[in-house]
Amino acid sequence: MADEVMKRVGPPVIEKTPGSGLVGRRTRALLAPRVTGQVRYTDDIHLPRMAWGRLLRCPHPHARIVRIDASRALARKGVLAVITGKDMPERFGIIPWTPDEYPLALERARFVGDAVAAVAATDERIAHEAAELIDVEYEILPAATDLDTAIDAPSVGLGRSGKDNVSKEVELEFGDVDALFAASDVIVEGNYYYEGSAHAPIETHCAIGQYDKNGLLTVWSATQVPHYLHRELSRVLRVSPTRIRVIQPPVGGAFGGKSEPFSLEFCAAKLAMLTGRPVKFLYTREEEFYAHRGRHPMRMAMKVGATRDGKLTAVDTRTHIDGGAYSSFGLVTAYYSGQLLTLPAFAQGYRFKSTRYFTNKPPCGPKRGHGSVQPRFAFEVSLDKIAEKIGMDPFELRRRNLVEANAQTLNGMRVTSNGITECLDKVESASQWKERRGKLPVGRGLGVAASAYISGTNYSIYPNAMPQSAVQLKVDRSGVVTIFSGQSEIGQGCDTLLAVLVADELGLDLGAIRVISGDTDLTPVDMGAYSSRGTFMNGNAALHAAQQVRTKMVDAVAEKLGVTPGEILVTRGALCVAADPSRSVPVTRAIELAEGKFGTLGAVGYYNTPELGGDYRGGTIGASPAYSFTAHVAEVSVDTETGRVDVKRIWVAHDCGKAICPTIVEGQMEGSAYMGAAEAIFEEHVIGKDGLHLGPNLLDYKIPTSLDVPELIALLVESNDPEGPRGAKEAGEGPLHPSIPAIANAIYDAVGVRIDRLPFSPARVLAALRDKRARERPGEQAAE
Amino acid sequence: MLPLPIFEYHKPRTLAEATGLLAALGDKAMILAGGTDVLPNMKQGLFEPEHVVSIAALDELRGIGFTRDPGGLEHLVIGSGMRLSEIADSLLVTRVAPALAEAAGLVGGPHHRAMGTLGGNICLDTRCRYYNQTYFWRKALGFCLKKDGTACHVVKGGAKCVAAASNDSAPALMALDAELLLLGNTGERRVRAVDFYTADGIRNTVLRPGEIVVRATIPVVSGRRSAFEKLRKRGAIDFPLLSIAARIDRDPEKRIRAVDIVVSALGARPRRVRAAAKVAPGAAETGLAESLAAGAYAECKPLTNLDEEAEWRREMVPVLVKKAVARALG
Repeated sequence: MADEVMKRVGPPVIEKTPGSGLVGRRTRALLAPRVTGQVRYTDDIHLPRMAWGRLLRCPHPHARIVRIDASRALARKGVLAVITGKDMPERFGIIPWTPDEYPLALERARFVGDAVAAVAATDERIAHEAAELIDVEYEILPAATDLDTAIDAPSVGLGRSGKDNVSKEVELEFGDVDALFAASDVIVEGNYYYEGSAHAPIETHCAIGQYDKNGLLTVWSATQVPHYLHRELSRVLRVSPTRIRVIQPPVGGAFGGKSEPFSLEFCAAKLAMLTGRPVKFLYTREEEFYAHRGRHPMRMAMKVGATRDGKLTAVDTRTHIDGGAYSSFGLVTAYYSGQLLTLPAFAQGYRFKSTRYFTNKPPCGPKRGHGSVQPRFAFEVSLDKIAEKIGMDPFELRRRNLVEANAQTLNGMRVTSNGITECLDKVESASQWKERRGKLPVGRGLGVAASAYISGTNYSIYPNAMPQSAVQLKVDRSGVVTIFSGQSEIGQGCDTLLAVLVADELGLDLGAIRVISGDTDLTPVDMGAYSSRGTFMNGNAALHAAQQVRTKMVDAVAEKLGVTPGEILVTRGALCVAADPSRSVPVTRAIELAEGKFGTLGAVGYYNTPELGGDYRGGTIGASPAYSFTAHVAEVSVDTETGRVDVKRIWVAHDCGKAICPTIVEGQMEGSAYMGAAEAIFEEHVIGKDGLHLGPNLLDYKIPTSLDVPELIALLVESNDPEGPRGAKEAGEGPLHPSIPAIANAIYDAVGVRIDRLPFSPARVLAALRDKRARERPGEQAAE
Repeated sequence: MLPLPIFEYHKPRTLAEATGLLAALGDKAMILAGGTDVLPNMKQGLFEPEHVVSIAALDELRGIGFTRDPGGLEHLVIGSGMRLSEIADSLLVTRVAPALAEAAGLVGGPHHRAMGTLGGNICLDTRCRYYNQTYFWRKALGFCLKKDGTACHVVKGGAKCVAAASNDSAPALMALDAELLLLGNTGERRVRAVDFYTADGIRNTVLRPGEIVVRATIPVVSGRRSAFEKLRKRGAIDFPLLSIAARIDRDPEKRIRAVDIVVSALGARPRRVRAAAKVAPGAAETGLAESLAAGAYAECKPLTNLDEEAEWRREMVPVLVKKAVARALG
């Protein structure tokens, strides 16, 4: 890994004065076009002479491509071009150390749905029909369509060496684990299984390529990572990055499923270059399930020890990860499956070994709460089991083991602000835990779980010393301030966040702010919308830029009013003398004064992380400038006749540092808790033995309907992070983590059964209830 | 997105025009009512009509009301063009045939019910997890005997298609002893709902090519109560994993006269539970739900045609029968 020391540049610290008071206020500004349908997504773009592309996908789980004959397709009226793997024989991958994908499979197709050829035609229907006319001869190869086969049959040879199916193995140990277990009063061991889930964004992947007569290639794409796409397009197409522009229109849901390059982007670009016409690809719902990058299936054997008085001693975990056909972010996933467990409540010793295997299934990747949602389920359920064994309230058990603020975790992660105590207090009191738990009727139950998550990674995927995030400001004499940001607005509200931060610094209203984001020609580089990094990194970059402009405005106004800059206060709409607010200058006049004094106004702001992380191989993975904290209490009702679990309510307390846009933060908290609850009860991404997806559509893959969503109660906790922009940390992924274990623990409280395998389907719950009744039959009890 | 294949679209203005057109076009034509099932199936390559005949503009298929037959018996008449949402909301249907109103109200989601019609639901194609998939998926599977292939993936080696009747209206209409009026170019015929469905998953109705279901007629019987129960994973949208209608007739002295239970989403034909027919007039109400539930459990064996959890679905048969009977008795 890139452990090389890099010189880090960071913004200078500029002193704060109150601004226009927008931070922390509820506002609807900037969101209206999105919620009223005025936003234009990639598929809404129609260019003159635009052609349509369609991928041909492999119907076998593992096959060698013997021959591809496109002559029948090319003879079809309306077909413009057909390309295969040989047209782009360059590997790519989001992690620079594991590039293992081709835009179109070159020699071997590795799952049912792997793209092997692409066609461009004059309309969408012809493109679909023509793809069926491409004849591919396959030699069927042995396949591993499940984790067990991947482990037991190394001869399938999906790994890099071709001698096994291993994608990545991580083994780390902190503290004297064996001795700590030996000194434990209670040890809980369990086997947990998570089957995998998909992002299921409403907008499927879509991309358009255009190649103009100047030789400029423009790619519009529903991506979370325009910067990476820019780099990879250049590498794979062998076109200079100076000849490529990536535009990311507003995205209709991503959740991590669009955070790396995909076949359609390369194919749209290549076919545009070949045909001289713009080419659009729009994945069908089925293809969305094949592009996948969803949450990994994980099998976790976890052992947790504790003393009688509730002190956690050690944790030992062996995790097998089903990675699917390609690496994707898998190297990071393998680390995250262990590294992110050491907050907020943890033990003194920790050993984990995680192995990610390749299988002949759609590739897994990062889904909201990347790598850590599955082990969090296993761990928080383990804590519930321990609490029961030692007769301690599960809240109390967690409180006795919390990592404090301004401390270091067992695996060397630096913790600054930490609001977990308040999170626990809030959900405990809001759910009336003390009054209600244990007193509810049979079939009703409460469960608690807690978690922590990163606010961006200090490690920037590809090693470099440059800033992780940047913002440019253009200040117009009219009072309009335009923010150019490389961040990707994917519905999470990052454009609004920047507008609020900048407007607040400069004393402006939101109506004076424009945000232009996600365009590699117009906006400075930002790594993208992943790892919950937007608020922290992009927000800091925006503040850095805005503070430079503000300093100039303050200086110019101070000169005009004949006071020192330190006496000037920025307020909403005006800059005034703090001691005598009647002496003031309107903010637009202040901009004019500053422009007169300093020349045309503008600024560049940027952010880079301090150096962080443990001093060992992999010690930087999981290191973040700040951690968010979450606690949930879930209330469930279990129908003992049908096995159906009805999640009634989830109380979500989340420490986001500072809620800059509280309504958006609450939306993220509710959306996260909902998504976790969906994975707990309904969603299951299953590939059959034959390598076929069990139902790649939204009838068979069950995302909850509005009738199935629990009541969600978002409780904000603000710990004011010392390094976050105005104290803020992430809120997009952290609040998902406790959903699943809180529900699992609530089910146990309701009916006394542990379901250690997801999802908690009616059939599974009913079977567990039956087993329990059988165990409790008097005859068998006597026999025990 | 998946494009619709090319077809010719017809929109006749009268029923006579529609039946004439259908007769002329023969098996190249397909009837389109609300379109909530036909259009997705066309996108998946399950239906490949050259002509699509919309019956959405036919006023003759609309209306809910009462008629009296020559024998003086009163009937509820529902036009096949009535939207499922209209049936679910109809006071007449809710009073006379609550099982049908409940069934209509549980089809799909609000959008499906606003578009989908009674006739469309009555004629809904059978469903199977190996059939209701895209062309690519079915090709990767090797197709199945319902479409494009020869093998059954539910019953290995099976020669008979076991795709499941998935229309919620079917068990309700059967339990309510409805009669369907079918109209073709050569004339009309009346078929009892219980005789309308067959045990062939490839084509599970006796409807002849070119025939249109015009209306359903449900006898109004005093002392008759009915209820409907549906099993599905989510609170809306899903097709049934089980759909169950119960009907109980009582005489003026409140004694049981007859009982009918119909269970669907098992195989191609909704199943009338034999145990219900055996209930003798004057049978006691206590224990009735339990004995009917036990009978239904013994007779109904769901297959893995709709999802993998056939065993759970079977266990839910008595649970739902009990609920339906209890509500009908209530």
